Amino acid sequence: MPESIRRFSTVVDTLTATEVESGRANWLTWLAAARAWLFLAILFAVFEMWARFAYHTTFLFNPFNVQSIAVFAVAPLLLALGQTLVIISGGIDLSVGFTMGFAAVVFAHCLNLTAGFLGPVGSFVFGVLVALLASVIPGLINGLLIAKLKVPPFIGTLGMYGVARGIAFLLAGGTTVPVSNNILAILGNGSIFGFPIIVLVTIIIVAVMHFVLSQSRYGQHVYAVGGNRQASLRAGINVARNTIVLYILSAICAAIGGILYTARFSAGAAQAGEPLLLDSIAAVVIGGASLFGGSGTVVGTIIGALIIAVIQYGLVFVNVEPFWQFVAVGVVIVISVLVDQSQRRVGGGKVDEE
Amino acid sequence: MKNSPILEVRELSKRFGGVHALEKVSLDLHPGEVLALAGDNGAGKSTLIKTISGVHKPDEGTISYDGNQVTFDNPQQARDHGIETIYQDLALADNLDAGANVFLGREVMKRVLGLALVDRKRMRNEAADTLKVLDIRIDRLDLPLRSMSGGQRQAVAIGRAIHWKAKVLIMDEPTAALGVPEQRKVKALTRSLKQSGVGVIFISHNLVDIFEVCDRIVVLRRGIVAGERLISNTNPDEIVRLMVGG
Repeated sequence: MPESIRRFSTVVDTLTATEVESGRANWLTWLAAARAWLFLAILFAVFEMWARFAYHTTFLFNPFNVQSIAVFAVAPLLLALGQTLVIISGGIDLSVGFTMGFAAVVFAHCLNLTAGFLGPVGSFVFGVLVALLASVIPGLINGLLIAKLKVPPFIGTLGMYGVARGIAFLLAGGTTVPVSNNILAILGNGSIFGFPIIVLVTIIIVAVMHFVLSQSRYGQHVYAVGGNRQASLRAGINVARNTIVLYILSAICAAIGGILYTARFSAGAAQAGEPLLLDSIAAVVIGGASLFGGSGTVVGTIIGALIIAVIQYGLVFVNVEPFWQFVAVGVVIVISVLVDQSQRRVGGGKVDEE
Repeated sequence: MKNSPILEVRELSKRFGGVHALEKVSLDLHPGEVLALAGDNGAGKSTLIKTISGVHKPDEGTISYDGNQVTFDNPQQARDHGIETIYQDLALADNLDAGANVFLGREVMKRVLGLALVDRKRMRNEAADTLKVLDIRIDRLDLPLRSMSGGQRQAVAIGRAIHWKAKVLIMDEPTAALGVPEQRKVKALTRSLKQSGVGVIFISHNLVDIFEVCDRIVVLRRGIVAGERLISNTNPDEIVRLMVGG
């Protein structure tokens, strides 16, 4: 097959190039691996200096700022977690934002409907279970469309983006659904030893997803499917099941985001996750994943989500027009991908012929 | 060959719609033998190996493995019997290391605190042992395959088959798209497989390679066996005549 021949000769060519430019390749590889950390460090440094010179105060060493950034990062990070696994497998999930909104509205309605006879604890537990189960529906449909009916992930989840959005607004009656529940108020605004509870909950989910991706057989297969789907099929990996589980996991992570949103604002809203879709993809890409699949880590995504949160919060902190955050996040995405590309070019990855 | 065949294909036919891709094709493969499968494009080589390796089901005819008649519903069943196929495009995950590729779909797990974890270190070590048997040295086993040369990748693909104790190894154009030194390495590997008693079906367009490593050759033409020769009793001209039907 000409395709495989081309791939082979490209690999051989780039390897020869690597030997010649091994010095350059080494530091580029290092730079690419550490780029997310570097970005984060640079951002902290810039805001810290800005705070010192302009306001004679500190940015990074103020616990309130750190706490606010962590709270800021919670929702995009939860969406980005599932997205990380989906992107590593070579897919994309555009429906996460409205799955989050859908789950938030379902959760709020459950709390209100059962508050009278289940009590605050009972209705809270019931609401969480129903919201998580409800989110499995869009996840399962996404998975079946993509794995069984071979719909491209972009199209399948774009369809679900619309469906989940419509259903969420219909359920909410076009408005937000306020709730009042003691447990929820503690979850949303309480803290333990200075750590906001929603941040602690997110840390637990992050740890679980990190374990699944980096240590379990399932996670290993996610990388394999993203690296070479055909090879995974031939090796007997159940690619369809793997894919369906991926989109369900993504939807469940989004639903947890929706539950925490409802807790924080004491209201479920269909548009809870609307601005977060691009942030979630950006966090994954800034964190080092390739949109072609096969690479990425949960740790990278955490850094990516923190970078976005620091930009958003930091610009507000230094009193810059908030619209600059879109510009800043956009620039970081592009630089991040450029560093990755140049590293691949000299490091022996798949590149186009030129 | 005195020993009994490891693989016997009898009167195999396969049709796709009205196209007779294979028509009553028979062949034997003995342990420790390298059998060349040659033929022009569209002669039925691919269909034949895909039928043997469980991708296609034959319309007529039988396949016997180690003396027993077998039917494979999927490639996994063929592999479980010991029939491994190295595809032309290698079927490797470029983003994973050699260990993960050798154990792809059959990962080794370890238990830590009741949780099942992928045992990367053990997979790497076992892959290294297998590659050492094949006399292949790869300096950095923790690197993904995309940083390796074509020959090293081909070696990992062969290593995967060997690690799982393949008794029949089907190699589809194993030297195509490789540089000359790497082609030499793959041919040396094929000979060492033969010495360890593996039966190899070697598909190639390259008659030089075939005459260098194979014991016997079966030539297909338009889905039928056009001829079968011992390599020691034939020459490239005769093979070309069989291929094109002169």
